[in-house]
Amino acid sequence: MQQTLKKPTAATSAPGPESQTRPAGPEGRGLRAFLGQVWAIAGKDIRAELRGREVASATWVFALLVLVVFNFAFDLEREEMGPAGPGMLWVAIVLAGMLGLSHVFTKEREQSCLEGLLLCPVDRSVIYFGKLAGALIFTLALEVAVLPVFAVFTSLPVFTPGPLLALLLGTVGFVAVGTLFAAIAANTKTREVLLPVLLLPVAAPVVVSAVAVTGLSFDGEPWSELVPWLGILAAFDAIYLVLSPWLFDQVVHELGPE
Amino acid sequence: MRAVAGPSNLSLGGAGSRLQRALLAATLAVGLLALYMAFVYAPKEATMGDVQRIFYFHVGAAWTALLAFFVVFVGGLAYLRTRDRRWDALALSSAEIGVVFTTITLATGSIWAKPAWGAWWTWDPRLTTTSVLWLIYVSYLILRGAIDEPERRASFAAVVGIVGFVDVPIVFLSIRLWRTIHPVLVKSQGFDMEPPMVHALLAALLACTLLYAYLLLVRTSLERRRLEVEAARQALGFHQG
Repeated sequence: MQQTLKKPTAATSAPGPESQTRPAGPEGRGLRAFLGQVWAIAGKDIRAELRGREVASATWVFALLVLVVFNFAFDLEREEMGPAGPGMLWVAIVLAGMLGLSHVFTKEREQSCLEGLLLCPVDRSVIYFGKLAGALIFTLALEVAVLPVFAVFTSLPVFTPGPLLALLLGTVGFVAVGTLFAAIAANTKTREVLLPVLLLPVAAPVVVSAVAVTGLSFDGEPWSELVPWLGILAAFDAIYLVLSPWLFDQVVHELGPE
Repeated sequence: MRAVAGPSNLSLGGAGSRLQRALLAATLAVGLLALYMAFVYAPKEATMGDVQRIFYFHVGAAWTALLAFFVVFVGGLAYLRTRDRRWDALALSSAEIGVVFTTITLATGSIWAKPAWGAWWTWDPRLTTTSVLWLIYVSYLILRGAIDEPERRASFAAVVGIVGFVDVPIVFLSIRLWRTIHPVLVKSQGFDMEPPMVHALLAALLACTLLYAYLLLVRTSLERRRLEVEAARQALGFHQG
């Protein structure tokens, strides 16, 4: 109820003070305006979530459930946590993160806010990066909330540079493709069901690499062992951060008022 | 702008069917030759025996699947540039055929793996990459089934087809790195090939590629005729749904 009133105003006020300085080029003022517009869209999503707290608590509890179900499924002893831990952590994060991602565009669609968002006098890539920033902050917050519980359950050293860097790089790539595919899935007949089917195969390199970095770092391997994996994660991030804004433009081309 | 598949190439039917017949004849001839070469001309492999003969069509199918997915990628890019739905018809046709050839690759690989490695399936880099590839393009086809509006279906499918193809090398690299760290019991298949085996392989590759080209031509012209019927129905005032 509260959201139906709030969100369109947040969307239309998004360009606000920056509307005079449309993103003209890569010079300082244009970039500042661009970031301001991105932040206006991301901030709108974060405010809506902070007021409603619909998705955050549900995805967090879901992630904990995945950890608990793993324990039932494999009945792990303490010494088995080392090999199983990275996989448990990443399955929990990927599944819970996907649950959150599927809301990024369905809530816009259900309250027909997408049209308003697309009517904003901003570049379409601003909408993509705004949505990406919102989803990224949301997913990182979810991870921050899951990690302490995971550490308690498994007694594994998660708060070390290796796993944290893998989480950061892995999440950026996963959310970059996830935001694009969420826009696609939200506008099909099957909606939420389609997002995991589309996203999981494409995100396979992220899962493989992030699990590898986390596992090697739990085993106390030196950085030289982690670098190739971090390289794959960084390459995945770079490729899809460049490709997705253009592809997103092609997706909303079909949805928005021309 | 939304008008698609104009009456510009009504002549495609006649020329297409002549090309089709020529391709069918070539596919049958080369296919028979390739079968002869794989089963008779090529020598029996020393350690694996006759089972190894599945290799020729296994590799042929794998190559054709990659070629088909490359065509999905190109068709998607061309559709997004031109918004001409004939490109989308090409991408759809190629994706369907690619999934069939990927399935053949997985099935023949599995049949070969049982006697050669002692198990139907191992998480070998190539097997794993191929299964991820299969999943990506099956999800591409599932996506197409979940959208009714033709333009939206074409655009969304093009986007997924591009993302999927760009992903293939990253999937392969990551999975190969994964498997070099966790050693596998089975060594990768490193048999030195006799010249007749190379000839048989080349014949199988050509036969599979010709079969792909023939199927693509038939499937694409079917899809284009469907578009023409749809355009005619719209012109006459029948609307979809």
